[in-house]
Amino acid sequence: MAISILNKLRTKKGLFYLLALLLALLPLMMSNFYINLLGQFLAFAILVIGLDLLWGYTGVLSLGHGIFFGFGAYVMAIYVTIESSNGAVPDFMLWSGMSELPWMWVMLSNPFAAIALAIIAPMILAFILGFFTFRNRIKGVYFTILTQALVLVTVTLIVSQQKFTGGTDGLTNLSTIFGFSLSDPRTQTVIYFITLALLVGIFLFCYRLVNSRFGKVLVAIRDGENRLRFSGYNTSYYKILVFTISAGIAGLAGMMYVLQIGIISPSMIDIIPSIEMALWVALGGRATLLGPVLGAILVNTGTTYFSENYPDLWNYFIGLVFIIVIVFLPGGLMSLGEKISKKWRNFNAKRTNTGTFPEKNS
Amino acid sequence: MQSEQIQAHSQKKILNCKDIIVKFGEFTALNKFSFHIDRKEIHFLIGPNGAGKTTFLDVLCGLTKITKGKAVFDNDYDLNGKPEFEIARMGIGRKFQAPTIFPYLTVQENLEIAMKQNKKVFSILKAKMTKKEKEKLDKQMETIGLTKQKTLIAGNLSHGQKQWLEIGMVMMQEPELLLLDEPIAGMTEEEEEKTGKLLQELKKQCTIIVVEHDMDFVSKYAERVTVMHEGALLSEGSMEEVQNNDKVKEVYLGSKGAV
Repeated sequence: MAISILNKLRTKKGLFYLLALLLALLPLMMSNFYINLLGQFLAFAILVIGLDLLWGYTGVLSLGHGIFFGFGAYVMAIYVTIESSNGAVPDFMLWSGMSELPWMWVMLSNPFAAIALAIIAPMILAFILGFFTFRNRIKGVYFTILTQALVLVTVTLIVSQQKFTGGTDGLTNLSTIFGFSLSDPRTQTVIYFITLALLVGIFLFCYRLVNSRFGKVLVAIRDGENRLRFSGYNTSYYKILVFTISAGIAGLAGMMYVLQIGIISPSMIDIIPSIEMALWVALGGRATLLGPVLGAILVNTGTTYFSENYPDLWNYFIGLVFIIVIVFLPGGLMSLGEKISKKWRNFNAKRTNTGTFPEKNS
Repeated sequence: MQSEQIQAHSQKKILNCKDIIVKFGEFTALNKFSFHIDRKEIHFLIGPNGAGKTTFLDVLCGLTKITKGKAVFDNDYDLNGKPEFEIARMGIGRKFQAPTIFPYLTVQENLEIAMKQNKKVFSILKAKMTKKEKEKLDKQMETIGLTKQKTLIAGNLSHGQKQWLEIGMVMMQEPELLLLDEPIAGMTEEEEEKTGKLLQELKKQCTIIVVEHDMDFVSKYAERVTVMHEGALLSEGSMEEVQNNDKVKEVYLGSKGAV
């Protein structure tokens, strides 16, 4: 009995449950400030699961997930801004000479429409981009560059359309949601737990996906897309679907993130944050789902810790950690666990996971 | 009466290629090459390097576009300009020269995704392993001799085992026409023997075109042989006929010494 529980815990799903339990208990012993901060990291953790599905399993690297994340965040922020000001025209619009809310905003004054659009809008954008790139067999680094271009275009658009978006300042006046004050710690604790629940849900959804036959096809696309075409698969449609799902997850993450940080601006969804997201995935371990979640939480926790304690040096610390991991642990943190448990595993040589990203010399 | 004749004819020929020209820039890889093959026949393609053998297979599976000419599969399906996945779904399976398997999936998973099934996105999303599929997979692993390696990551197989796995994967597609590019390259003698037996087993299920360099292997298993030279047909017939053909001796066999 005890051994079977132990064996279950050694699987990725088991470890994830353990992590979720820990995350559910942590708020008991943390100040409100840190609960809020950890909640933001959990939103990032949701995003990287989708990014891992796309990059780790399917082998398509997107460096534009900040935009999908940003879509979710902006849509939610617009709704909250309208609610907070009771439908009055925000200050930045008045300064730009607008006397009433533009139709896009009016549409988002309905909470259901806002929540739905925060997820669906990034999916539509990803579908369109995926349709034109994957179907024309644009792949690898060319696709990645296109996603970067998408970031650049979108951010420029947001900045230039100041009267609709708040420009470089972004949207800052977020005070209530469904009548609850966003600065109230109780509201934040509830949002924390909603974020955690969504994280568990998204993890289980993706876990099921990658362990299904569909998941095997994704790994096959990553490792031999051409071969798979000759087996009768139109791989483009698979990639479009995964890209779209991944963007939807990013939108969801952005929505939860903005509710906790209380502000959204173009610099938070720009090129650098977009690249950082991919780094969390690589650091945690591609094609493991659990690894990227750990990566997102640990890197952000580390960044916070170092920036508080070594304000002048923290950037170097983070850079050093990245270099160490990339040189010594190309499989990410998850491969560390695997290396340690290799002996353990020899007992039952049965394979427990599929499609884990290659270690350097295997 | 007439329709019966047509039907009888169509059942006989599975592939009809007429005057195929393939050019890569200035270079002519296939020069008015014509070829046809009966159902359930095993046919070997031989010829010196650069004769256009692999290019011909590439044309048949949709990898290379035809510059001029016609290739018709199953009597009415024109192969030119069709995407690879569609050709594969129509029933042409291709095994490449270097073993191309999916290294991070297990042997069984490799076969599972290659298996003949509706391969559209939403069907695969809903797909669950049925009992019948499981039996098919087990039987295939038995045929290619990889039952023990069922849960092994395919990247860890030996070279020969990878070749068999790929043949197994192509067979799981239940093709009507199987294209094999140097299936015994890099194999030990023992493995060659096994592969030859496997081919004879496969012949019962489908038509096979094999590109091969190993003359001993060819003469052992060939029914009909086509010799290609500089993108064109040089000679066709049984191995014996081909070997006694003067032109063949001159350009190919002769250059390698007596066979």
